[in-house]
Amino acid sequence: MGRRSRPAAVPDPAAFPTRPYDLLKEFTIALVVVALLTGALAAVFSSPDENPVTLASWSRADAADFTTTAVAELGGTSGTAQYGPPYNHTPDAAQKLGPLGLQSAAGVRIPVDTANDLVLRPLRDSPEPGTVTAALAAWDSAPAARHQAWTTAYSDALAKAPGGDPAKIAGGDYGPVPALTTRLLGLARSGALDGELRSGGKFYQTDYTRPLLFLADGSYLESLARSQHLGGDQWGMMNEVGNFPGQAWVWLFAFWYQIDPFKSSGNSDALVWGLMALLSVILVLLPFIPGLRSVPRWTGVHRLIWRTYYREQRQAGHARHK
Amino acid sequence: MSRSPRVTAADPYSATDGGWTGAMRRRAVGALPPEKLLPDGQPAYMASWIYVLGVLSVAALIVVIVSGGLLALKGPAWWTGSATGLYINSLHLWSVELFMFFMVIHLWGKFFMAAWRGRRATTWITGTVLFLGSVGTAFTGYLVQQNFDSQWTAGQARDGLNAVGIGAYFNTFDFGQMLMWHSVLLPFVLILLTAWHLLLVRRRGIVPPIDATDPAGQPPPAAAEASAHHRDEEQ
Amino acid sequence: MTGILPPDERVLAAPIDLNNTGHYLHWGVVQLSVANLVVIGLMVVVFVAALLLPFPRGRGRR
Repeated sequence: MGRRSRPAAVPDPAAFPTRPYDLLKEFTIALVVVALLTGALAAVFSSPDENPVTLASWSRADAADFTTTAVAELGGTSGTAQYGPPYNHTPDAAQKLGPLGLQSAAGVRIPVDTANDLVLRPLRDSPEPGTVTAALAAWDSAPAARHQAWTTAYSDALAKAPGGDPAKIAGGDYGPVPALTTRLLGLARSGALDGELRSGGKFYQTDYTRPLLFLADGSYLESLARSQHLGGDQWGMMNEVGNFPGQAWVWLFAFWYQIDPFKSSGNSDALVWGLMALLSVILVLLPFIPGLRSVPRWTGVHRLIWRTYYREQRQAGHARHK
Repeated sequence: MSRSPRVTAADPYSATDGGWTGAMRRRAVGALPPEKLLPDGQPAYMASWIYVLGVLSVAALIVVIVSGGLLALKGPAWWTGSATGLYINSLHLWSVELFMFFMVIHLWGKFFMAAWRGRRATTWITGTVLFLGSVGTAFTGYLVQQNFDSQWTAGQARDGLNAVGIGAYFNTFDFGQMLMWHSVLLPFVLILLTAWHLLLVRRRGIVPPIDATDPAGQPPPAAAEASAHHRDEEQ
Repeated sequence: MTGILPPDERVLAAPIDLNNTGHYLHWGVVQLSVANLVVIGLMVVVFVAALLLPFPRGRGRR
């Protein structure tokens, strides 16, 4: 098979015979068609709007999960507390992409102290019943080791209690932790904690980091998401609530999370992002990649697209050779 | 500084001076003279429905931007408490679905045509960057709906973004930041890229078929000659 | 769990209510919503149709 060392130069389109083609009319028709199609789809199917979860709705729907999460925030064992950058310096928490520690390199730019920011400060900034004042004083005067002992014991007890109900736990030395988390639960149920965490003492505020970290640390939000097939191992990022179409275009991104080595790796996010970045660069630079850029020629789909042209060329070739 | 020579109305572009403005004008008009910017004919090989996917994508993008603008009129919280707002939100959602729908098919078509040939690599690059940028813009859109979707999507995406260090600077939980990226920064970039992409298409013209040869080197095929003659008759 | 509309703006619900529990298909590791499958299927149909349907020859302006 003879191979050209370089493909022949692509001729100038202006050299070819032309046909009339009204671009502006075509655009206008396209705009009207798309506008009508959009209007119809919107009228027939509408769009989803599931109410957001609040700390209030969470604490009312699943007090056990809320309390367990609050104890974890206080004891520094929650997902956020153990996250590492950008929230805090937790050793070995950051993901790596091979030798690259990009998560660590970015640093702690959104500092969050889960015990103070999510539990103790909201308690102090709210009206304090006498029991809570005493509990806060007991917490402040105890060393860190005691904090750990109390929170660990209490979360173990909650895990063993029927339904995780704080009212049904076995006796034990939990220090001021039950008083603090019970009061926090009360604040949450009243809606006050939503306001406290959101405002953080400021008037104008559009940053929902604190309440969302708290929500994300619990199981309630995730259980709602998984019931709608939005979990990571459910191809969730492709999906939408209900029966609405979602984001089919992230299919490849979602796919990697379903298979090893990504599925069971502690660096799964970094690995998937690194891989998708590489594939995206390949897509963008396709014209310069030998082999890949020849795939269209091999598949022959172009022979369908330009079948009229190729047929005319063959006929002209036959006519010339007669 | 020498005075620019007098130019006649019949030939306004022959000036060789005019400073930066004149140079820019000559460059722009040289690259895209009016008949190239708005041609009323196309090469005869442009005869497939696959070609309309590009203009359908642009049309869908316009509906996305207009519906987004309508949502912006009354702020991000309006649509969840208003029937009219819900309909406008639905327009925005479905126009985005149509935009991604048409754009991906357009990408498939351009791939199988190897449309980057003939100094059209930049056209391909702007197009694929537009695709990737649109995915990112749509993502920020989900974050600013102010509903359950936003909460969950923000948490999921944050893990990926944090893992590669981006999350420290681009906080999915910061509604204000996400709203400005979604409604100001990213649309601005997308519109500029789209304009560049379209101008490149006009400048280079529609890519000839794979293995096409310059017709000037051979007598024109009978069928094309007939249609060219037909077009002359129409005018 | 959908957003609550004020009484004076309540309208008929969308003719086709997609807010019910989603339907999902499972093939091995692949889980795909019916809605997404429909969208992807339509994309393939439109792509193939665009390739195959005859395009009007220069019969004049459309």
